[in-house]
Amino acid sequence: MADARALVHRRAGLRLWLSAGWIALVAAAALLAPWIAPHDPLAQDLFLGRLPPFWMEGTEPGYWLGTDSLGRDVLSRILHGARIALIVAVIAGTLTCLIGATLGLLAGFLRGWVDLVISRLIDIWMAFPPVLFSILLIAVLGPGLTSIIIAIVVIDWTRFARVVRAEAMAQGAMDYVASARVAGRTRIGTMLREILPNVLPTIVVLLTLEMGIAVIVEAILSFVNLSISTDDPTWGGMIAEGRTSVHQAWWVLVFPLVTLFLTVLAFSQLGEGLKDRYDPVLQ
Amino acid sequence: MQLLRAILQRLLTTAITLIGVAVIVFVVVRVVPGNPIAMMLPPGATDEDIARLTAQYGLDKTIPEQFLIWARGVLHGDFGTSITARQPVLDLVLGRLPATLELSLMALVIAVILGGIAALTGTRKRDTLTEAGIDITNGMALSIPDFLWGLLLILAFGVLVPIFHISGRVTPSLELPFTTDFYLVESLVRLRFDLWLDIVSHMFLPALALAIPLAAIIGQLLKQSLKETMHLDYVTLARTKGYGENHVILREALPNAILPTLTLVGVQFTFLIGGTVIIERLFSYEGLGNMAIDAVINRDLPLIQGIVILFAVIFTAVNLVVDLLYAVLNPRLRHG
Repeated sequence: MADARALVHRRAGLRLWLSAGWIALVAAAALLAPWIAPHDPLAQDLFLGRLPPFWMEGTEPGYWLGTDSLGRDVLSRILHGARIALIVAVIAGTLTCLIGATLGLLAGFLRGWVDLVISRLIDIWMAFPPVLFSILLIAVLGPGLTSIIIAIVVIDWTRFARVVRAEAMAQGAMDYVASARVAGRTRIGTMLREILPNVLPTIVVLLTLEMGIAVIVEAILSFVNLSISTDDPTWGGMIAEGRTSVHQAWWVLVFPLVTLFLTVLAFSQLGEGLKDRYDPVLQ
Repeated sequence: MQLLRAILQRLLTTAITLIGVAVIVFVVVRVVPGNPIAMMLPPGATDEDIARLTAQYGLDKTIPEQFLIWARGVLHGDFGTSITARQPVLDLVLGRLPATLELSLMALVIAVILGGIAALTGTRKRDTLTEAGIDITNGMALSIPDFLWGLLLILAFGVLVPIFHISGRVTPSLELPFTTDFYLVESLVRLRFDLWLDIVSHMFLPALALAIPLAAIIGQLLKQSLKETMHLDYVTLARTKGYGENHVILREALPNAILPTLTLVGVQFTFLIGGTVIIERLFSYEGLGNMAIDAVINRDLPLIQGIVILFAVIFTAVNLVVDLLYAVLNPRLRHG
């Protein structure tokens, strides 16, 4: 019994380090892609089309993970794809967090008509199928990195707003908040100095989870062929291409898929690990 | 009396939500660049032709005017005409709805079975390595969204070990004697088990992809409630009466532990239905979601509106049913 529990506990620490390590690796790949990628990710060579990965027959030296049907190097494309994945994760995640958490905080602490309006908006948003909503938004905004970030922020702010609102409401009912008001703090002051620090661990966990979601949304939009222009290599775009030729060249699908899988897993396990360790609320 | 007022209030907010969805989608759809009318006419069409057709679809009026016309139609059951298919939106959407409903319900059943097994096994073998294993599996299943599960399943059971179909709803060469669009149900009713097997073999992987994250949630929450219930006095009493562990878990603990899971499943089920959009695309499954993506790509404004509204109606209906169920099942709320 004790063994199992110790194992679970050790696993939690290991999980935190493994996921942080993988994300650091992806970040390094994103930063260093132009220098460490063995080939130009866009260079096509039809004579080198569908080369298998290095341990199989019929490879060409220097193309470690093989090439796609246009002869582009899979490894170089994955390394460059990390840039867009990470940009989307960080920028879209942070903006979503700022907007969603602010609205949630206002609704949960100020209550009244502010809460009424924001809660109704959350209800309306929850009635949209998110994937369809994002595809629709990209159709409106046109493809491109900025559009994807805007779409993610517009759709996902409710994730933060719902949780932070509930949490701010619970904190607002506590004695320490009343004492702060009696001691002469203004309402906004109470919200920022008393409530916010107590909700912050929850927000950090949600932010980590949101980054993983942002990576997936970008991949889904690339998959539907609505993401970035087809020139820039993205993991989702590679997966979409790989899906069509999976019977001829499985490696074009498998390597970006595994990379995406590990990255999404890492973000979510990092979030869960932080939650177990620091956040008494979400546990 | 209080229950009645709560229900009325709930219906009112539901109505506000649906109107909000309608307004937002109407405005968003109308700022989409690209002229759908120009896209549907042959290249030689004159400006006059375009103007005539634009007027026919009412697209020459202002957005508020268009909205009022559309809303009046909707109240009479008229959702407009699809620009690409040139058929009533309602017919198209209702034709595809059964495929999506069957897929979602099959996914729900799979999720409940998998999650239930995980929770019961985890409770039976609590504080052992088996429970730790179930927790790890649950954690993984929960971290990865349905889209990635779908791709992994395509790779595993469509390509490496090709035992399931990975594309479409039914093998196209088969003769279908169906009069409704509920293929799965009707093939059973007609006792055509050959067709039923073919349909299930097409639906299984997309349904499983949708089910895995929900199964993990059910497994986690139900196990947690079960373990809490297992410490209660009446369970101990049942145990001292000499009932076996299996009986205690299934007959004594489960009925009391199931309520929180039930309400959560309702909310999560709407997420699952939302997930069908991309999963249907991934598996080329001819349901609502796949039609929706095509509609966006083709700028088929009336069709997009119809599908989004239908999804919103389904979501709010599921939430409404869950809330009412909860109110009815939970005695504290009934008298509170």
